[in-house]
Amino acid sequence: MSLWEYANPVKFMALSGQVLPWVGGLAALCLGVGLVWGFFFTPDDFRQGSTVKIIYLHVPSALMAINTWFMMLVCALIWLIRRHHVSALAARAAAPVGIVMTLIALFTGAVWGQPMWGTWWAWDPRLTSFLILFLFYLGYIALWSAIEDPDTAADLTSVLCIVGSVFAILSRYAVNFWNQGLHQGASLSLDKEENVADVFYIPLLVCIAGFVCLFLALVLLRTRTEIRVRRIRALEARSRMA
Amino acid sequence: MIALFRRDLQLAMRAGGGFGLALAFFLIVVTLVPFALGPDRETLAAVAAGVLWLGALLACLLSLDRIFALDFEDGALELLATAPIPLEGVAAVKALAHWLTTGLPLTLAAPVLGVLLSLPAGAYGWLTLSLAIGTPALSVIGTFGAGLTVGIKRGGLLMSLIVLPLYVPTLIFGADIVRRATDGLDPTAPLILLAVITLASAALLPFASAAAIRINLR
Repeated sequence: MSLWEYANPVKFMALSGQVLPWVGGLAALCLGVGLVWGFFFTPDDFRQGSTVKIIYLHVPSALMAINTWFMMLVCALIWLIRRHHVSALAARAAAPVGIVMTLIALFTGAVWGQPMWGTWWAWDPRLTSFLILFLFYLGYIALWSAIEDPDTAADLTSVLCIVGSVFAILSRYAVNFWNQGLHQGASLSLDKEENVADVFYIPLLVCIAGFVCLFLALVLLRTRTEIRVRRIRALEARSRMA
Repeated sequence: MIALFRRDLQLAMRAGGGFGLALAFFLIVVTLVPFALGPDRETLAAVAAGVLWLGALLACLLSLDRIFALDFEDGALELLATAPIPLEGVAAVKALAHWLTTGLPLTLAAPVLGVLLSLPAGAYGWLTLSLAIGTPALSVIGTFGAGLTVGIKRGGLLMSLIVLPLYVPTLIFGADIVRRATDGLDPTAPLILLAVITLASAALLPFASAAAIRINLR
């Protein structure tokens, strides 16, 4: 019994079908509890007022936006090295989720920035690199949809994903060099004693867990759809041959 | 490889190769800028560095599809893939030929166009130097984009969408050199970083380009 057995589409479908309702339910539960707790049962910040509460959407979505690309990179490597189709399809399924997460982060950031910084948008390193990440997602998705042969598409997008990762990191540092920013430091990191005051911290963690579960549920669902689409295509091709 | 290099240069130079087109495009973009921003000398001088870099980058981008497209259509690329020289070498040679027929002329023309935009006197040397160091990176990255999209019909727009984000670091450092020179600051730090990008992409990206072409030829 090893993890690679689930690269078999049949086994993957069986397992993901069982797991999906649980992950989806957990996502709904965490997001429900976390968002309601965060929005209605935490005090307003003494300087930022109620705008501080946008953190419950902004931080988890920004976190997932980057990690989705990372997951796509891992999937691309697995596809290129071990040729498991499920892996390529999972990368394809994750990309639209990632781009939406990036959009949510950019949008909530703008909504927060308007009252706090007095501007919807500033060419700050963090904001700019998220915009660039958004462009990378766009190119990746466009390349997927432009190529008809599924294996060629999977190969080429995997190559693009690997090269793109290097350039995305490079852009991050280039942008840092280019302009000093307004954005505060990382809200969360593991090596700090206290990240955010505890009243905000615990609902934030619940929200992050909710976003992770939501991401998992969406990617599983979309991967299952992709596998089914692939099966239908194979069946159609076979019936045409007969 | 030398024969391939000569062939690519000749194809680009002769009629229909589009050798002068990139230069003409660069000239037109720079000419249009004062119409958009107004003829005020100080305004133009303030944006000249960025406009020249952006113009050179776009001119470079528009000439990318000729790197592989024709060879792919008439089957020459498949012959090259089965030739005794490695495909990585082919990709590198093609990038070099593209740079000699696009990046180098753009670099030489940029100071002349700088006069049109009243670029400050101290920045001309840095402009030429930054373009000379930066445009090879544009050619190498562009070769990767062209290899990636060579199998797609009407892939030009898609290629721009893929290649332009990859151009971001090069543009940032390249334009920053000229901006710092314009403001009288020391531009060595971005110069070194730009050289790093050019050298690293020239060393690594031909492998990715060759991988993409192999997939497209399958």
